[in-house]
Amino acid sequence: MEKHEAANVAGPICADDSLPSRRAFLATSVAAVAAAWIAADWPGVVAAGEYAEQAQQTARSGRQVTLAVFSDAQAAELDAVVSQIIPTDDTPGAHEAGVVYFIDRSVATFLSSSRAIYMHGFDELQAKTAQMFPGSNKFSALNSTQQIQILTAMETTPFFKMLRDHTVIGMFASPQHGGNYRKAGWKLIGFENTLNFTPPFGYYDAAP
Amino acid sequence: MRRFKPNTEVDFVVIGSGAAGAVMAKELALAGFSVVILEQGGWGAYGHEQDYIKDELLHMYSQDPVNRLMSDPNRQRNTFRRNDEEKAVPGTHSYGCVVGGGTVTYGASSWRHLPYEFTEATHEGTIAGSGLADWPITYEELEPYYTKAEWQIGISGQRVDSPFFSPMSKDYPVPPLPQKSSGALLRIAAAKLGLTVVPNVAAIVTRPYQGRAACVNCGMCGGYGCQVKAKSSSAVTLLPAAVATGRCEIRVLSYVREISLAGNGKVSGAVYFDAQNKEIFQKAKAVVLCANGTETPRLLLLSKSKSFPDGLANSSGLVGKYLMSGNACTASGLFDRPLEEYKGAVTGAAILDFVPSDPKRGFYGGGRMTARGQESPIQYGLSGPHGAPNWGSGYKTALKEQANRKLTITNFITQLPVETNRVDLDPEVKDAWGLPAMRITTTSHANDFKSMEFFRQKSLEILKAAGAATVWADPVADSTGGAHSRGTCRMGNDPKNSVVNKFHRAHDVPNLFIVDGSSFVTGGRNHPTMTISALAFRAADALVRAACSGDLSARI
Repeated sequence: MEKHEAANVAGPICADDSLPSRRAFLATSVAAVAAAWIAADWPGVVAAGEYAEQAQQTARSGRQVTLAVFSDAQAAELDAVVSQIIPTDDTPGAHEAGVVYFIDRSVATFLSSSRAIYMHGFDELQAKTAQMFPGSNKFSALNSTQQIQILTAMETTPFFKMLRDHTVIGMFASPQHGGNYRKAGWKLIGFENTLNFTPPFGYYDAAP
Repeated sequence: MRRFKPNTEVDFVVIGSGAAGAVMAKELALAGFSVVILEQGGWGAYGHEQDYIKDELLHMYSQDPVNRLMSDPNRQRNTFRRNDEEKAVPGTHSYGCVVGGGTVTYGASSWRHLPYEFTEATHEGTIAGSGLADWPITYEELEPYYTKAEWQIGISGQRVDSPFFSPMSKDYPVPPLPQKSSGALLRIAAAKLGLTVVPNVAAIVTRPYQGRAACVNCGMCGGYGCQVKAKSSSAVTLLPAAVATGRCEIRVLSYVREISLAGNGKVSGAVYFDAQNKEIFQKAKAVVLCANGTETPRLLLLSKSKSFPDGLANSSGLVGKYLMSGNACTASGLFDRPLEEYKGAVTGAAILDFVPSDPKRGFYGGGRMTARGQESPIQYGLSGPHGAPNWGSGYKTALKEQANRKLTITNFITQLPVETNRVDLDPEVKDAWGLPAMRITTTSHANDFKSMEFFRQKSLEILKAAGAATVWADPVADSTGGAHSRGTCRMGNDPKNSVVNKFHRAHDVPNLFIVDGSSFVTGGRNHPTMTISALAFRAADALVRAACSGDLSARI
């Protein structure tokens, strides 16, 4: 029952985006953002919006999108981590929601104070990977069980705690901020983004 | 909007534009007096409320002083400690900081105090370690002003004939908010346990009222400015009326640093920093201080002079003391079906039976139990589902399974006035303007912890009776400050043990009036706004009569 309903929720996304390559996901998700940017004066977040606008134009022109903060290699590692934080199952996870893209442009702008923690975090991740699985230096190249082991060992680090929160925010913030692609996060939790609701709202106030 | 030059002596300077300041400014301007409101916050979306953005991320990260709606603990710096032996550490105390003050972003609960709440010392006797005292006014004296406030501001609710519901001379102007699933569940429990459930009383209009639209149940309410002006904030009710008189100026980004004392023992105006950090003196015949229960005492303590070496109007030594910053506790339960609590106003319904203190419980204390389960998406994701890991597939599965199924009971509880709980000036830390930062020292009375534990257990019992599959509650915790701060310039008849008289005039200064949560003698049940508004209407009435007689100190 649960699965059936969830599959319906996931339908529209998985239909055309099943297992996108990282490059493809970046291109499609930038095309989706910032179409209806309405923010007024919040400088940091507005800067993020402008960046999204530029990235969107780049994507539409067919050129390669350049990430603002992370290298391609770092983005791939980051994508692997956020995909373990909110994994893909029968519904989209952080990967499909474009969380890496959200984090990149947030760290480029209003979360710039987190930049150093991220850069240091990549080193920590690589060191932990090499320590736990000698011979490996790429987290993203490991299998899921190995990745979970590494992240469990890093759970209490400031890097992981922050990344966990940023992943959640990217999953559930309005899609105009670059994550929550096609409302993947909102569909997961049954959140309807409407500014006008009519009672009854839930099961119990509708019940006689 | 009429503008005044700072060197023009206006009749009144009103410091703060929230629940109290807006009432004072509007009543004084309407009576024919010139008023300058000094508001430290920005305009927000005053006059273009449709621009209030319902975006959770922008809301979380908005740091711009012009657009943020709450004070910024990095600028309006404050420090915190539990007692005098501790060294205070940087605090997180924050309050509404925009034209309209806290009424722009509050959850809008608008409960009157019960008549009993003005005479609790008489009812409960002396409680060791507390300054429990009767108010110098009765409920009957304040009742007409509650009614006036409810009709001028626009309050929705349903009058109930119950000993737990304040007697009213007139109904609420608009009917109550729709019952949410949380309210329906409380009713199921109440029917089993014999309790009284009523719709929340809220400053949110449910019908078009005085040119404003009815609530559309958007759900982004507490913490947000209202796009449709259904939330009856000062900024869409009283302040436009004050400005429309042509006698009231709202001056934003004006951070007051001192109320100035003239040689004759009267105040002569206020000195503030403008947006460019330039110091400006606004001359006035009288000053009305409405800066909230923490900033009001701080400003008095900052206003030192030869006559008042310990701070203006502080001959009693009580300015800043008896701080009641607000106690609450919560319990939650998961239900089988969706509640969809993210829709509609913050609070749907309340249980009133435990508002009065009851000696049978073995301690002093009472509270109002309110049904809340509202969580916006980021908030839900960050706090995480109950009893689940906070990342990975277990996290994701639980997020999905528990979504919209939670009911939280939030209890608004008494907090005894204790003299050592206080606001004063930090000896080391400065705010962003170079002034001594506010220091908060507070530990609740032992009775308050017993109250919180009582409500914690009672909430779990009610959730189970309502049919919750799983219930839980965090251990009770003492308060650390917040927007409900009260008691720091308590009113009374004796200048030796109070700061203002029963009409809010400072005992020590004939043309200084202090009107806000700081005037409270006891804290009520931590729902202060309606009583702040009613006190302000009553104070304004007296002040207008005195001012019309030409002698501010003569009549009140």
